[in-house]
Amino acid sequence: MKTRTGKMKKTADILEKIMNFIFTVCGFMAVAFVLIITIFLVISGTPAIAEIGITDFLFGTKWASTAAEPSFGILPFILSSVYGTFGAILIGVPLGILCAVFIAKIAGKKISSIVSGAVNLMSGIPSVVYGFLGMILIVPTVREVFRLPDGANLFSAIIVLAIMILPSVISVSETAIRSVPREYEEASLALGATKTETIFKVTLPAAKSGILASVVLGIGRAIGEAMAVMMVAGNVANMPGIFKSVRFLTTAVASEMSYSSGLQRQALFSVALVLFVFILGINLILNLVVKKERK
Amino acid sequence: MNEKISRTRKIKCAIMNALIWSAAGVICLILLGIILYILGKGLPHISLKLLTSKPSLLNETTGILPNILNTLYIILMTLIIVLPLGVGSAIYLNEYAKKKKLVRTIELAIETLAGIPSIIYGLVGMLIFVQFCSLGTSLIAGSLTLVIMTLPTIIRTTQESLKTVPDSYREGGLALGAGKWYMIRTAVLPSAIDGIVTGCILSVGRIVGESAALLFTAGMANEVLGLFDAVMPNNAGSTLTVSLYMYAKERGDFDTAFAIAAVLLILTFGLNLLAKFAARKLRKGQ
Repeated sequence: MKTRTGKMKKTADILEKIMNFIFTVCGFMAVAFVLIITIFLVISGTPAIAEIGITDFLFGTKWASTAAEPSFGILPFILSSVYGTFGAILIGVPLGILCAVFIAKIAGKKISSIVSGAVNLMSGIPSVVYGFLGMILIVPTVREVFRLPDGANLFSAIIVLAIMILPSVISVSETAIRSVPREYEEASLALGATKTETIFKVTLPAAKSGILASVVLGIGRAIGEAMAVMMVAGNVANMPGIFKSVRFLTTAVASEMSYSSGLQRQALFSVALVLFVFILGINLILNLVVKKERK
Repeated sequence: MNEKISRTRKIKCAIMNALIWSAAGVICLILLGIILYILGKGLPHISLKLLTSKPSLLNETTGILPNILNTLYIILMTLIIVLPLGVGSAIYLNEYAKKKKLVRTIELAIETLAGIPSIIYGLVGMLIFVQFCSLGTSLIAGSLTLVIMTLPTIIRTTQESLKTVPDSYREGGLALGAGKWYMIRTAVLPSAIDGIVTGCILSVGRIVGESAALLFTAGMANEVLGLFDAVMPNNAGSTLTVSLYMYAKERGDFDTAFAIAAVLLILTFGLNLLAKFAARKLRKGQ
C-alpha cells in the first residue's frame, strides 16, 4: 500500500514537472515569435539597403523597380504613408472622440448601447469590404466632385482610413472618458459650469493620456492597412499630393511581391523592414503613454 | 441658475452639443449605409448555385464554394494550433510565472505581436512557412501565419478570465493535496472557459476578415479541396476575403464581389452576436 501511493506520487510529480515545462514553453512562445519575425525581416531586409545605399534608399524620390535602369527610392512611399495617416487622424480622431463623449456621457443607457454596438459592428467589417466600398462609392464621388481624371488618390485613401480607424479610436477613448473620477465632474458642475463645459474643460483633459493612446492606436492601424488602401489609392509610386495616385509602404510590398525577383524582391523586404521599424516606434510610444497613465 | 449664464456661453454649449450628436449620428449613418448598400447590392446575387459551385471558365459561371471551404479549413487549422498555445501561455503568465519582470517582458512581446500589421505577417509567413519550411503557398502556411497573428487575442482573453477566478479556488485545490496542474485543470480552467470561448470567437472574426496576411501565404487558387488535401503542403486556396479582392480588383466582376461582401458582412455580424451571447450566457452559468 505504502509503495503504491509512493509510486502514484512519483508519476504525479513527473506529470507536474512535464506540465510546468510545457506551460513555460507556451509562455515564451510570444517572445520567440517576435524574435523570429525580427530576425527574418532584418536578414532579408538589409542586403538590398546595403546594395542601394541607405540614403539613396530612404531619401531617393524615384521608385522604378522594373525599369531598364532600376532605381529604388522609397521616400514616396514613406511620405504617402505619413500624409495618409496624418489625414486619417485629422478626420477620424475628432469624430471618434466626439462619438466617445456621446456614448460615455451624453446618451442614455439604451441609445449609448445602440451606438457602441454599431461601433463594435464596424470594427468587425473586413478591410477588403471597406476597400471595395471605397472603390465603388468614394473613388467615383471624389472624381466627380473635384473634376479629376481619376478618383483613386491619396484623398480617397484618407477618407477610407479615417472611417476604418474610428472603432479603435472610439472604444479606447470611451474607456478613458469613463474612467475619469466622478468627483472631478461634480466639482466642476458645482462651480456653475454647464454639462458641456464640464466635458470639454474637465473630463477630456483628465482623460488626456487615454485619448492620446487611442490616437496612437489609430496611427498604427492606418499606417499598417494594406488591402483597403491598395483598392482606393491608385497604386502609382508618385511623390504624394492630395489628388495624386500614391503608394503606401504597405501597398508597395503587397502590389509587387507576387511578380518580383532579384534586387527588386529584396528591396520589397527592405520596405517591409522600414514599415516594421515604424510600427515598433509607434508601439513604443503607445507603451510610454499607457505607462504614464498608470502612474 | 440658467439665466446667469451669458449668451455666448449658451451658444458655445449648444454648438458643442450639436457637434457631439452629429458625430454619433454620422457614425451610425455610415454603418447603416454600409449595411444597406452591401446587402442591397449583394443579396440578389447570392444563389444556391453561387454558394455550391466553383468558378468555371468553360461554362462562364462563378461560384464561391471553394472560398467558403478554404475559409472554414483555415479557421479550423488555426484554432486547433493556436488554442493550446494561447491558453497554455495565459496559464503560464497567470499561474506559473513568478518574476514580475519576466511577465512584463512576455506581455510586451504580446503587445508587439498585436500591433504588427497583417501585411508584415503575410510577408514573414511567406518567408518562414512558404519558403524556409518549404510548405509552398498553401492553406497550412496561411493557417500557421494566422496562428502567430491570433495568439495575442487568445492569450489576452484567457488571461482576463483567469484573473477573475478567485484565489480561494486555487488555495482550496492545493489544500486538498492536489498537484498544481490537477488544481488548474479541475478548478481554474473550467471557471475561465468564458474567456477562452470569447477569444475563439474573436479570433474566428479576425480570420474571416483577414486578407493581406493570406495573399502570399495561402494563395489565390479556386479549387475545391477535401479536408485531407487542405492540410497538405502546396495546396493553395483563397479565402472569401482574398477572392473578394480578386473579383473586385483584378477581374472587375462586381456582382460576385458584392455577393461575397454580403456573405462576409452576415458572417461577421453573426460572430459579433455570438460573442455577445456567449459572454452573457457563460457569465450567467457560473
